[in-house]
Amino acid sequence: MKSFEYASPTSTEQAVSLLAREWGQAEILAGGTDLLALMKDDIVAPRRLVNIKGITHLEGVSADARGLRIGALTRLSDLAGHAEIQRGYPALAEALIESASPQIRNMATLGGNLCQRPRCWYFRNGFGLLPEDETGKELIAQGENRYHAILGNDGPAKFVSPSTIVPALIAYGATLKLESPKGRRELPLEEFYRIPTTEAEREHNLQPYELVTEVSLPPAKYASAAHYEIRHRQAFDWPLAVAAVVLRMNGRHVQSARIVMGQVAPVPWLAQEAAQALTGKIVSAETAKLAAAAAVRNAKPLSQNAFKVRLARVAVERAILKAASGGTA
Amino acid sequence: MGNQYPKRGDLSRDASSRGGESEDSSGVSRREFLKISGASAAAPLLAGSLLAGSLAGESLVSESLVCGSTILAAGEVVPVYGPGPLPMEFSINGKEYKANLEPRVTLLDALRDQFDLTGAKRVCDRGECGACTVLVDNRTVYACSLLAIEAQGRQILTVESLMQRSALHPIQQAFVDHDASQCGFCTPGFVVACKAVLDKNPKPTVDDIRRGLSGNFCRCGTYHGIQQAMAQLALTQKT
Repeated sequence: MKSFEYASPTSTEQAVSLLAREWGQAEILAGGTDLLALMKDDIVAPRRLVNIKGITHLEGVSADARGLRIGALTRLSDLAGHAEIQRGYPALAEALIESASPQIRNMATLGGNLCQRPRCWYFRNGFGLLPEDETGKELIAQGENRYHAILGNDGPAKFVSPSTIVPALIAYGATLKLESPKGRRELPLEEFYRIPTTEAEREHNLQPYELVTEVSLPPAKYASAAHYEIRHRQAFDWPLAVAAVVLRMNGRHVQSARIVMGQVAPVPWLAQEAAQALTGKIVSAETAKLAAAAAVRNAKPLSQNAFKVRLARVAVERAILKAASGGTA
Repeated sequence: MGNQYPKRGDLSRDASSRGGESEDSSGVSRREFLKISGASAAAPLLAGSLLAGSLAGESLVSESLVCGSTILAAGEVVPVYGPGPLPMEFSINGKEYKANLEPRVTLLDALRDQFDLTGAKRVCDRGECGACTVLVDNRTVYACSLLAIEAQGRQILTVESLMQRSALHPIQQAFVDHDASQCGFCTPGFVVACKAVLDKNPKPTVDDIRRGLSGNFCRCGTYHGIQQAMAQLALTQKT
């Protein structure tokens, strides 16, 4: 690990003013479970770390009639065990408890989970987010791509968005609060992520001098929700496909649906076609199957990952059925 | 330096000496030798120019800062540490420890290289294997993924805290009884993770045990022995 200087501000104003205008100069240290590994591998080599764990008001969960507000520094283990999340947002609670390992959940924060870098092995080995050879030819399209994207992969970005928690958050309609020296902004969580087209861009639109401060969730009292993962190992592994589904029902009919897929695209993938296919319908084995087929209709697998199309489809189908049959709870 | 290198026989004797420090013919223990060679191999640290305190400032790069300096951020003075060594203090296994460390030193490297607490093992060094598991404020963490500078002021417990004089902790004894260790590299991390599981729930189910230990890997495949050890502990623990 390259050496760096270390500052521990106690307010968000101090923290953002200690950051830099360009990437590569300073990094925010929260749980550190991703950042320190990136620094040990020289994928990032900041000259300053800004430890934000001294900003105590960024930690904790509060609930009221408007829903739930989660401070960016809240640790995943605290979130997974939080009564309001277990009761009101069971699909999120399940995504949390399935994530990483007990040790990681004890360290990692929600804000860090949202900002973690992709796990693409080209990226983690120093080839960049959009790796190409000396002649400008893309490396991943014909390379070792079995865990890479099957959707949203028309451009040079072939990695998959890493968080297994974000699909559930987006399905519940989470919004994100950010703060910088230029002010505060708030946006739907799905708009935080983007598919980079140049190596200068990151996979989210966080500014180098900006801090994620809070995630808020609208009330989910009348929603039926589920989270479904398909993975090799039952624990401490990256799933091959994730689906999170939140259904708002009108009697037996689906009034509206939010269906989000993870591990399939460079961004968390909001499956609008699947949601449309389900809207107004009664959930059955047949309608779930049709919606799941719609979710992967535009999938374009790479040379080694056609199997992921089926896994993603099955994850969506099972998540819909699980949500309709009482959900994760 | 070549003649300081421990001979093969010395290494195997060291490995079998129950954690004691053996000395080779030159009178330098293996651990001392590693410290000497590590120190001489370390490149001198150059204090490069560092960042400006404020984004509003025109220049991104300001004069270099020295250890213990401060910076003006949002109108307030914020201390900035490093990149050179600075004094740090730790509470480990109920004792106070002090060292001068750079901010980039992990808790794991501080434990092993500064304080000779070598129970926590450095295996993957990327938060993926669990061999460095320790308790910080009663929660399991990977010591490789926590900077030492952040572990100050917190209660750190390592596997070394478990033995009472020469008596093994019940978890350690259960590992012995059930042959739950093979090469032994993952064992200290597993023992600490087992303690965390039992502290939270003295009567864990098989599923609780699996989930609770899912952050620790054993490449020898001693999982069955560990399950058996935990099953015995669940039977004998008082609730």
